[in-house]
Amino acid sequence: MKFLRRFFIRLANVATGRRADQRLRDEMTEHFAFQIDENMRAGMSLTEARRQAAIKFGAAQAIREHHHAEQSLPFVENLLLDLRFAFRMLYRAPGFSLIAIATMALGVGATTAIYSVVDATLLHPLPYPHPGELVRIEANLPGVGAHDIGVSIPELRDLQNSGIFQYVSLSFFGTNNLTGSTQPASIASKSVSPSYFAVLGVDPELGRTWDPHDTTPGFITEVVISDGLWKRAFGADPRILGKSVRLDNDVYRVVGVMPASFRDQGQTAEERGTELWAACGFAADPAPPPMRSTRFPFDTIARLQPGVSPEVAQGRLNALVASLKKQYPVDYPPQAEWAFHLTPLADTLVGNFRQSLILLFGAVGLVLLIASVNVANLLLARASARGREMAVRQALGAARMRLIRQLLTESLLLFVLGGISGFAVLFFARKFLLQFVPESLPRLNDISIGWGVLAFAIVVSVAAGTTFGLAPAWITSRLNLTETLRQEGRGSNGSRRRSRLRNVLVIGELALSLVLMVAAGLLLRSFWDLFKVQLGFNPTRVVAIETSLPNPNDPKTDIYHTATQEAVLLREVLRRNRTIPGVEETAVSDRAAIPLGYGQSEHRAVPLLREGQNMQRSQPPLIDTSIVSPEYFHVLGLTLLRGRLFVDQDVEGTPLIAVINQAAARMYWPGKDGKGEDPVGKRVRLLGRLGRARPDWTTIVGVIVDARTESLADAGIPQIYLDIYQRPAKFIAFYLRGQVDPANISAQVRTQIQTVNAELPVFRAETLDDVLSSSLSVRRFSMEMVALFAVTALLLAGLGIYGTISFLVNEQSHEIAIRLALGAQRATILKMVLRQGLSLAAAGAGVGLLGAFIVSHLMAGLLYGVSPNDLLTFTGVTLVLTTVAIAASYIPAIRAMRLDPIRTLHAD
Amino acid sequence: MAEKPDVLQGTLALMVLKTLDLLGSQHGWGIARRIEQISGDLLAVNQGTLYPLLLKLEHEGSIASQWGISENNRKARFYRLTAAGRKQLQAETRDWEQTAAIIARFFNVKAEDLA
Repeated sequence: MKFLRRFFIRLANVATGRRADQRLRDEMTEHFAFQIDENMRAGMSLTEARRQAAIKFGAAQAIREHHHAEQSLPFVENLLLDLRFAFRMLYRAPGFSLIAIATMALGVGATTAIYSVVDATLLHPLPYPHPGELVRIEANLPGVGAHDIGVSIPELRDLQNSGIFQYVSLSFFGTNNLTGSTQPASIASKSVSPSYFAVLGVDPELGRTWDPHDTTPGFITEVVISDGLWKRAFGADPRILGKSVRLDNDVYRVVGVMPASFRDQGQTAEERGTELWAACGFAADPAPPPMRSTRFPFDTIARLQPGVSPEVAQGRLNALVASLKKQYPVDYPPQAEWAFHLTPLADTLVGNFRQSLILLFGAVGLVLLIASVNVANLLLARASARGREMAVRQALGAARMRLIRQLLTESLLLFVLGGISGFAVLFFARKFLLQFVPESLPRLNDISIGWGVLAFAIVVSVAAGTTFGLAPAWITSRLNLTETLRQEGRGSNGSRRRSRLRNVLVIGELALSLVLMVAAGLLLRSFWDLFKVQLGFNPTRVVAIETSLPNPNDPKTDIYHTATQEAVLLREVLRRNRTIPGVEETAVSDRAAIPLGYGQSEHRAVPLLREGQNMQRSQPPLIDTSIVSPEYFHVLGLTLLRGRLFVDQDVEGTPLIAVINQAAARMYWPGKDGKGEDPVGKRVRLLGRLGRARPDWTTIVGVIVDARTESLADAGIPQIYLDIYQRPAKFIAFYLRGQVDPANISAQVRTQIQTVNAELPVFRAETLDDVLSSSLSVRRFSMEMVALFAVTALLLAGLGIYGTISFLVNEQSHEIAIRLALGAQRATILKMVLRQGLSLAAAGAGVGLLGAFIVSHLMAGLLYGVSPNDLLTFTGVTLVLTTVAIAASYIPAIRAMRLDPIRTLHAD
Repeated sequence: MAEKPDVLQGTLALMVLKTLDLLGSQHGWGIARRIEQISGDLLAVNQGTLYPLLLKLEHEGSIASQWGISENNRKARFYRLTAAGRKQLQAETRDWEQTAAIIARFFNVKAEDLA
């Protein structure tokens, strides 16, 4: 307490600048007078009394200093003095300060920008209470190689009753047609178990959600909507609760509105943007009766009991699985090895982006390092100019620690000012910068530049400032006093050590930028290869526009229930679309068939049974299905290899037919000798998603070329195409090829579609070229960012080498002048300086190549079509680096060459 | 003139407090002189230590000070003990006596006592 009281009084004295000097002086005068009186009383003469009093008193200045140290806090006071001095130094060399601060602003700003993304996505991926309790449950059949096969309702109940979880919920993402308000709209919606919001632990802003223990077997006719939908479609109606909405022609009542800050969880940006939730028991219409073997390929998420770790839960889940297998041996054949697998929900959401983000963070960290090294280099350069100042200070009695503290304060000031300006730029440019982040990034909307990010920027600057300010401070303050003073600051001893450190720093900088450039080069090549890849289909001049047909819970009310009913609509819209000016060709398909489109992530893989295969022993393989009209192949330029395509005569009632791609032919009809057998004429059964009764045989009539419609990186994904006039689809895409204006086409097609049925929503008109380029958005983003960082790094490294060589030339000007005076050729001098630059570049490249080799192998997963040891990239980048190093050394080299020997030698 | 030992660090505070306890209000020189006198002129009080110490004690709240007029009509700063200082003096006296007693026992112990 006493200590604190004293501390605060002293701190207040520092802050208010209160001094006790006058008081002490008065006290000392008085003390002195008393002592003289006493001495005179002891019989001394006045002069002698004065002399003795002064002797007894001691050094007045020392007393004053001690007294002052007690009055205030010397540490804080010195810091303030140092800071004031540092500001003055900053002011005195504005060019130097500006460059140093700008460099750090760049380094810290870039690092902070990436950190803000990492913070929102990797560090806080789930905006829900106790996110550590949330898990995703996956059912697998490792014995037959089937993953994420979904759960059945009896299994869901087993999970709910296991005691491992607080709540378990199924969720199925899709879209619904919202009609009755203004323009019919297709909205992202989720069918979920009533416990869904209990799992997430989020309460609505208005109204309520469902009772998590509700056991209604089918759909509960109550929906919860998002804040966005409430504002957009209902004008933020405060009396929304209890109002009816029509979804796919079914009538629901709104019971709750989620808060504006709520974002759903999910793997895709679309799913995270869910706007409407409907609860369903999945145990009655429209779902099939709850059988143990009827599994829904839905997402299963759960909230663990508090205090149960995912590992412990997994152990208890394994025990549950073992006992269920014993209880139901028919449903769980041992060879399938049915098992549940738990994953923390956070891990499943950012999976694809994790690697890219870590790469970016690493890259930006390197930029920060290089920037710091550059500033350290600048500080060292200044150190040589300040040798005399340091020597004088030391000669006047400044301790070395004191000097280091002062120099460190100066460098910290530079770094922190740089960091704060970097943050400021980031803060004011955040809207602009966020445009460049791909939309598919999870939690994009939660990226914020706030206090946490500012704290990060300051911590990073202070850490960098301490690390990179200490060495220059150490070296600057270490000098030979007499020699330095005699040589007017051109101390040879200290400067040799300085130049060695400078060389190390520059080599490090060059090495780091080489690593970054190799990473950028490899990413660029991957991107380029993907960009230039043979697509196998032709996306040019094709626009895809989506609509969706209502899918009411009662099939009897569905006016597009059969293929024949739907065909009337499709053919009429196609006919009308062909009349739009500029349209040459049209086609229609289900959403999944849009090449590289949104439908890719939907559940479209169905089990494929081949005729003649014994199905008892193995689980059938899953194959991606697309439902298309006959013109689809021609519009997209997919070439037929064997057999035939669909024709207009293939309709409902005629034998079911299908077309497959080469990859499917290779994989499923490899033939006995491996040469492949003709799949045309073979018959398959495609099991429905919900495992309805045995479907009819489908005959394969044709084989088309492999195309990268699924993934740019992989041409060999098996595909099966079905005829849309035989099998109706609910999510529809119309294609138009020709000279159309993408800006107006949406409205034109909407008119055509809504003339036929005014309740159909029309949305997402995109050219296939745009779809293609947005499928590359994440790769493009990380490639561009790393390339940007690499260029920055190269520039900084170039500056670094320029500074070092200039410094060397300055140091050696005396020597060069003598050489010139003795008749050295100017070209020789040029070569000599360039050689110094080159040797630095060579050392940097050597170290950098080693680092780049390690890094390129670490990022192998992000590469496509290029080996991590790609010779071209490595040599190219080394060449670029060397060129930059030579170019940067050239300017000081020329200066050395043009040195006037007489003037230089005179100046010394 | 023989070198007199400086007062031990830490004990000076105790001496100052005790002196003020005895004399009531006193100025810096008076305090120093009293301490020297009480020690039988065996100790010399260093002014470079005394004045910062007085300031420290004042910051800690053990003593208070104000300007006044001295016995020979000079302006002087007088220090006096506060209630907190008195309490501190009592506590420190106790501590000191305890320490001194323990040390004394060590000095008085004989080999046969431990047998």
